[in-house]
Amino acid sequence: MKPAAALADALITLGDDHLILGHRLSQWCGHAPMLEEDLSMPNMALDMLGQARNLYTYAGGLENKGRNEDDLAYLRTDREYKNCLLVERPNGDFAHTMLRQLYFAAFMHPFWQAATTSADDKIQGFAEKAVKEIAYHIRHAGEWVIRLGDGTEESAQRMGEAVIALHGYTDELFSTTDTMQICIEANLLPDPERLRDQWDQTIEQVFAEAFLTIPEIPFPQEGGRDGRHTEDFGHLLSELQYMQRTYPGMTW
Amino acid sequence: MVEAPVLSNLQQARAWAVAAAVPDPEIPCVTVADLGILRDVELVDGIAIAKVTPTYSGCPAVLAIELAVETALLDAGFQAKVERVFSPAWTTDWITDQGREKLRAYGIAPPHKSSNSKLALFGETTVACPRCGSSLTSKISEFGSTPCKAHYQCDQCVEPFDYFKCL
Repeated sequence: MKPAAALADALITLGDDHLILGHRLSQWCGHAPMLEEDLSMPNMALDMLGQARNLYTYAGGLENKGRNEDDLAYLRTDREYKNCLLVERPNGDFAHTMLRQLYFAAFMHPFWQAATTSADDKIQGFAEKAVKEIAYHIRHAGEWVIRLGDGTEESAQRMGEAVIALHGYTDELFSTTDTMQICIEANLLPDPERLRDQWDQTIEQVFAEAFLTIPEIPFPQEGGRDGRHTEDFGHLLSELQYMQRTYPGMTW
Repeated sequence: MVEAPVLSNLQQARAWAVAAAVPDPEIPCVTVADLGILRDVELVDGIAIAKVTPTYSGCPAVLAIELAVETALLDAGFQAKVERVFSPAWTTDWITDQGREKLRAYGIAPPHKSSNSKLALFGETTVACPRCGSSLTSKISEFGSTPCKAHYQCDQCVEPFDYFKCL
């Protein structure tokens, strides 16, 4: 496979993580428990969506099949999305949403940091911007995880349940696809496995303050990188793609 | 033939001035030049090419800004094209001193120069109230009315205000 085609494929995978998590966050719009959080959720969703757009647009040009960002976001089937399972997990309560965000942001921050030295200057540019945006997500989500973990009896219990429900999905963040591997070897994208220590450090620091324990995960959940998704993903996609599927090519 | 380049330099300067005067659609007190998001305006084969950079990856104003710059150039009689550039990435350090002062006068606390560590949990920076100047302020929310702003309140004059986040 040519490097450009490999990079396009790897960037679409990365874009899928951002699009899907952005969509999940946007589902909170109008439902958050207070106005400030109702602003923060769509703000974080916008960051995710903006990063997805950059990645899709660049990938679309590289693969040269005439697909633009909208084609990639709206006109693929479920099996063609390669996002990790973590980002498609349902919002659940605030504990689930904030923990999911922390898990993802704690991974993406060192990822983008490493990508600022990519051999591709376009990726450098995306990374320089995204690394600062995602730092806010770590701080915001981290503060919530601590506040809930070290909060009332009920908030601590729910936070603990979120950890049990989601921790098994974190291993997939560090997995790679064949095309990612080509990009890693060409110094276009960072190797996720090398980011594990930093991720562990962030999570351990937050968990210590939140009085949470990291559970043992005998069987990590994965499959998204191969296009095998959870049931919830189909429902998410039907909502995400509704307009373009019902009114093909519509604009506004 | 010294005149031709001089003339084109003048035209280029005029194109810059036209594009630079375009206000930001969400914070109209500052121009795209004040914010540092207008990177460059070049005249190539008679076409004014404006280079614009987004503030945030997901800034919804990007398209509006690009359209406004293009329209301003067209209205001034130029053939115009707008290019989006990503690298080097924009930072709040690119906001001019004049831009910072305009933000403050408008009621938005301007960003700190050169970022502090944004990774520190519960990390607080001192943000001075844009109205009374007091540094006794509290952060209400990390995220404000637009992606580039956080929400603060002054403990002295009790006015809520936006803080342009340091990026």
